[in-house]
Amino acid sequence: MAKPLQRSSPSRSPWLDRLSAFGVWSVALIITAIFAWIMGDILWRGAGQISWDFLTLPPQNAGRDGGIGPILVSTGLILVVCLSVSLPLGLGTAVFLSEFTAADNGFGRLVRRSLDILSGVPSIVFGLFGYTFFAQTLGLGFSILSGGLTLACMVLPILIRSAEEGFRAVPADYRLSAASLGLSRTATLWHLLLPAAVPGIVVGLVLGIGRAIAETAALIFTSGYVDRMPTSLLDSGRALSVHIFDLSMNVPGGDAPAYGSALVLVVLLILLNGAANWIGRRLSFQSGFHWR
Amino acid sequence: MVWSLQAIAAIAGALVLLIAAFLIGETLPVLQKVGFLPFFTDPAWNPTEALYNLAPMLWGTLFAAAGSVLLATPLGILSAMFCQYYAPAGIALLYRRLIELLAGIPSVVYGFWGLVTLVPLIGRLHPPGPSLLAGMLILTMMILPTVALTADASFAKVPPAYLQGAASLGLSRWGTIWGVVIPAAKSGLLTGVILETGRALGETMAILMVCGNVVQTPQSIFDPIRTLTANIALEMAYALGDHRSALFVSGLILMGLVTALVIVADAIAPEENHG
Amino acid sequence: MTTLYPKFETSPTSQHPDSSSPFICTEQLSLYYGPQPAFEQVNLAIPAGQITSLVGPSGCGKSSFLTCLNRLTDLISNCRVTGRIRLGNLDVLDAKTDTTALRRRVGMILQKPNPFPLSIWRNLAFPLREHGVRDRAQIDEIVETALQDVGLWDEVKDRLKAPAQSLSGGQQQRLCIARALALQPEALLMDEPCSALDPISSGIVEDLIAGLRSRYTILVVTHNLAQARRIADNVALFWLQQNSGRLIETGSVQEIFEAPKSSITAAYINGVRG
Repeated sequence: MAKPLQRSSPSRSPWLDRLSAFGVWSVALIITAIFAWIMGDILWRGAGQISWDFLTLPPQNAGRDGGIGPILVSTGLILVVCLSVSLPLGLGTAVFLSEFTAADNGFGRLVRRSLDILSGVPSIVFGLFGYTFFAQTLGLGFSILSGGLTLACMVLPILIRSAEEGFRAVPADYRLSAASLGLSRTATLWHLLLPAAVPGIVVGLVLGIGRAIAETAALIFTSGYVDRMPTSLLDSGRALSVHIFDLSMNVPGGDAPAYGSALVLVVLLILLNGAANWIGRRLSFQSGFHWR
Repeated sequence: MVWSLQAIAAIAGALVLLIAAFLIGETLPVLQKVGFLPFFTDPAWNPTEALYNLAPMLWGTLFAAAGSVLLATPLGILSAMFCQYYAPAGIALLYRRLIELLAGIPSVVYGFWGLVTLVPLIGRLHPPGPSLLAGMLILTMMILPTVALTADASFAKVPPAYLQGAASLGLSRWGTIWGVVIPAAKSGLLTGVILETGRALGETMAILMVCGNVVQTPQSIFDPIRTLTANIALEMAYALGDHRSALFVSGLILMGLVTALVIVADAIAPEENHG
Repeated sequence: MTTLYPKFETSPTSQHPDSSSPFICTEQLSLYYGPQPAFEQVNLAIPAGQITSLVGPSGCGKSSFLTCLNRLTDLISNCRVTGRIRLGNLDVLDAKTDTTALRRRVGMILQKPNPFPLSIWRNLAFPLREHGVRDRAQIDEIVETALQDVGLWDEVKDRLKAPAQSLSGGQQQRLCIARALALQPEALLMDEPCSALDPISSGIVEDLIAGLRSRYTILVVTHNLAQARRIADNVALFWLQQNSGRLIETGSVQEIFEAPKSSITAAYINGVRG
């Protein structure tokens, strides 16, 4: 405790303490104000656009008129493709990493490290990859399938990390007593660990959905721009975020529907965020899982 | 059972290699033809005439990222201090939610807001408006939550005994934070900075929408710039042959930068998670 | 009790209280976590149908010793066990040994009560079902017997579907014992089963353990010498020597508490270094 005493000598002057408190509070206020500005702007100018017609009708006149019906459908389909691939892959990996590998296992380390890198890869690079791999090499073209698969690669690290947290929050004693009762690992996994890890898995799912519907750059070259109602997963479909981008950059006079679409997107994300928080708080197991 | 799970994990782990392999595969044609050096020494970026100088865009990326990291780091850390040590519990909770929401706002929405609100404001101050400054400010808002949330988490891990010890020595609040909390949370804070840098380097849409996309090395913060990411997004749609290949080179550079950052972050991160 | 559970019919439960021969026998048993030994060269014979108490200071390998006996050590990464463990004719440490069957024969109770996050009934029924008991009536019968054996039946018979977590700490621990008993084991390994409980619950669980004597071979790790003296037939003293756990002395309760052979035992019993 000698060190803090030494380092804190300047703070003996009360004005520094007061100044820093002032600084901290003003930063918080400024950030809150900017947040309110962005949100207020979108809410204020977007709310007027929202109507049943806007949400259901197809866009017309490059999106200046009409609505975002087919775009919402495409967004939903991209999401379904994304999750139906990433969820089993992510859950399986999380189960393997948290239940079947030791912390010092080389293979587990390697997988974790590569997932860390994957989570840092810029979305535009995912776009490049999705375009060459899914659209061209696998021949899926600009399609909802290409877009969804690209997003699946992107959200995988988020899903895996949250699911792993969920498994790690299950007390170690459960595994020990299950084993000492002679239960197989499969039974333990299905009947005890998986149910107990559900909150963590759901949080990951919600965060993954959030990341996926917010994504734009990875979708421009994979699911494409076509704003018609998709008839199959091999159709190109315009995601909501791509729609906002296109309206604001490429369509003069597209600001008003862009505000409306942005509001829809932000409201969706706020709802998802709230859901993740609510579920996260129910993750009530005391954590601290130590084998020894 | 174990084997199938291991196979799944192997697929998930190999994804990053697959991505790297595809990027490298696509860059090979141009790299074999002109090599790596022209990407920094050619007189201009004019891929249809086989001129591939990425340097201005690399500078654009680096300036925008550096500026936003310099702004967002202190703001984010002060935000986290606010949550942990200054705000009453209720306000801290609300503020944390707000930061989480900021983190969740899509980059295209930030870009759109920047385009219709921030760019005209800057334009009035110093034309043209779309500029490095606009990019830096928008990026700051976007990466701030990353620092704020990591800093918040690493402050929360500082053992309460340290704080009690400091309090029993009669240290002031700021003295405690500066002398005890920051040193104790140092590696967590550093991780946050590295993560936000990665995000800033890789951001595409918002930057694309507010920076003006002129290929030039900026002389002032009011100059329009084009980043590597924006360049890919803008030209990929019509790029063919070596041009396309050159865009993949910039993708590869980005991926290399981010991978290096992640490896550094992993190396300094306190080893408490994977135990 | 014997015919309820067809798979267990052949188990030696009925012929059990044969205290002349040891039920579990270890030879030169050592356990290492990485390079660090937890205990070394333990030769211990655990008499059948009796309560044997493992005592000694913290960190001398008593709990690790227990986890060897039902091969729970398999779950611990970078843990190595050498030596031999014989359970009847079974070579416990043999890689070919069926651990599921082994753990059914040797139940285990941990220090902290840890019922699964399921209903009271399912806490007992789920492991039974996993061991192949599908008949609902049979399960109900085994559950009732096990709960009666631990004195919990009257307390919970009206709320078998309530979450197990709603029970008190002492009740939870008794439920965990019932959960082990439902599998009709031959031996019970208990790792300080009373130390996380309040004094009254601790007394109830202690009486319960004493009441299981002669029906099961019981091995209890405890820090509480008075408890060991009250319930145990035999005592084994572990001690930390040269940074690794050693078995110092074994004997009947009288021998250990009244005529210890080792000076360490004498000192420990008298609380000099306890």
